[in-house]
This record gives sequence, C-alpha cells and structure tokens, in this order.
Amino acid sequence: MSKWIPLWLHKLSSPPTFYRFAGALRPWLLALALLTGAIALYGGLVLAPADYQQGDAYRIIFIHVPSAWMSLFIYGVMGFAAFLALVWRIKLAEVVAMESAPIGAAFTFITLVTGSLWGKPMWGTWWTWDARLTSELVLLFLYLGVIGLYHAFEDRRQGARAAAFLALIGIINVPIVHFSVNWWNTLHQGSTIRLLGPSTIAPGMLWPLLTMMLATKFYYLASLFGRVRTDLLDLESGKDWVRTIATGGTLQ
Amino acid sequence: MNTGSLQHFFAMGGYADYLWPAYAVFFIVLFVDFLAPQLRRRRLLRELRGRLARKAARQPRQAPTPTEPV
Repeated sequence: MSKWIPLWLHKLSSPPTFYRFAGALRPWLLALALLTGAIALYGGLVLAPADYQQGDAYRIIFIHVPSAWMSLFIYGVMGFAAFLALVWRIKLAEVVAMESAPIGAAFTFITLVTGSLWGKPMWGTWWTWDARLTSELVLLFLYLGVIGLYHAFEDRRQGARAAAFLALIGIINVPIVHFSVNWWNTLHQGSTIRLLGPSTIAPGMLWPLLTMMLATKFYYLASLFGRVRTDLLDLESGKDWVRTIATGGTLQ
Repeated sequence: MNTGSLQHFFAMGGYADYLWPAYAVFFIVLFVDFLAPQLRRRRLLRELRGRLARKAARQPRQAPTPTEPV
C-alpha cells in the first residue's frame, strides 16, 4: 500500500503527526466557518428578498438545506473512511469514521427539526411519513447505530470495526434520501439547486445558501479535527507522545 | 437601523415563532457538538496526569530517571 500512496499521506496518518496537523489547522477552519457563516446569515436574513409564496418563512432554507447536504456528505466521508478502516485497518481512518458519526447525527437532527418547524406553517403539519422525511429519519438512526455500536465494545478498535461495517451497509440509504423526492410522491419539494443545468432559485437567495454550505463544510472539518485529536489521545494514552502532551511538554 | 425596522426584522413577516427556534436549534446543537470533545479532551489529560503522578509516587527509587539529582 505504501507504494501507491504519497509518503506525506502515509506520514500524516501517524497519530502524533495528525494530532499536530489538526491542532494547527483547527483554529483557522473555525475562523473561516464563523466568517462565512456570518456573511451567509446577513445575506439570508437581511439582504435576500422575501419569497413571493412563502414570505419570510422560507428563510429557514439557509440552515435547513446546508444541514441536509451535510447530513449526506458526512455520511459519505464516514462510509469512505469506514471502507479504508475495514480494508487496511488504518487507525486514523477508524477514528475519522467514528468521530464523523456524532457530527453527522447533529446535522441530521438539525435537518429534521428545522424541516419540521418549516413544515408546520407551510404544509400545516410538523411531520408526515413520506419518503424524504422517513429516509432522513432512517439516516439519523444509522448514525446513532454507528455511535452506539462503537461504544458497545470493551475493545475500542473492535467496536470501530463493527461500527464501520454498519456504516458501510447503511450507505445504501444515501441515494435513497437524495432521490426520494423524484422516486415517490411527496410533500417535500424537489431540488432547486442543480450542478448540471440552471438552478431554479433567485441569485439573491442562492449566494447566501452556497455561502452557508461552505460555512458548514469548514465547521465539519474544524469539529472533526477537534474530535479526532481527543479520540487519538484516548486510544494512544499509553504511548510516549501522549504522555509528553499530558505532562505539558511539546511534541518533537 | 431604527427600532421600527428592527421590530419588523424580528417579526419575520409573522413567521418568527417558527424561524427563530429553527435558528436557535442550529446554533445550540452545533455549539454542544463543538464543546463536548473539548471537555472530554481536558478530562482525559487530567486523568492521564493523575495516573502518571501515582505511578511515579509508587516506585520512586526502582526506576530513577537520569535527570534526577543523585
């Protein structure tokens, strides 16, 4: 394997190196997340015009849709890291997969709650068992299952492998969530942002949405790096480099 | 921005009861997500320091480190 991955990547996957790397990048990622998030909020809540059908209620879109995208994106990252962890048993890949799960669960929870708060004034109901909403709820349960399985084992690495397996199987749900609005009749509206072809959304509404998407990406990386650092300390607590940190020394 | 337009802003066209709770959930959940591992990391390091200190106190002479004054 070391033949076809670059050497720097190989080095980066060593826990003390990644601990330092993530610690150095995290404050910048957090600052970028806060900056882009603030710009997106100003654009979405103040500058963007009210919707001609939904009035100001549509402004929930600026947190609901980026959160929904993140709930799927993070599952993709988790599934990919789980695959690397199962095939090559890379410790860092295990940790990235396992520590992505709580962040993904947080974004999925936000998606469900904000969607519910948007649905009540627009559809007249908090919840309906249609394809999009149900598959997103299944996504939340998959995340919770991965977290639960990880912590159910005495041996953390054994738990990580079992949970990685569940994460990999659950990836089948990601396209179901994404295409549910096309495959089934649903209350939920179809997508208005398209990678190919024109988006059916006003530019004044589009740019705050895309800026918030960027902010949530930065936030995910910052949160992931913080979580991975913590988990590495725990997993490697017997190692010299962790002792050095615990006793206030600096890593070489 | 005067108070009238601020009130207008916070009213959100009558949807304030739905819009602001949604934004509150977004920020509270992400704040907790960010804080939890930080607290766990501090606790882990504190426990580890305690464990190392106890170990050092148990065997002071068996394994003297070179830096200790003789």
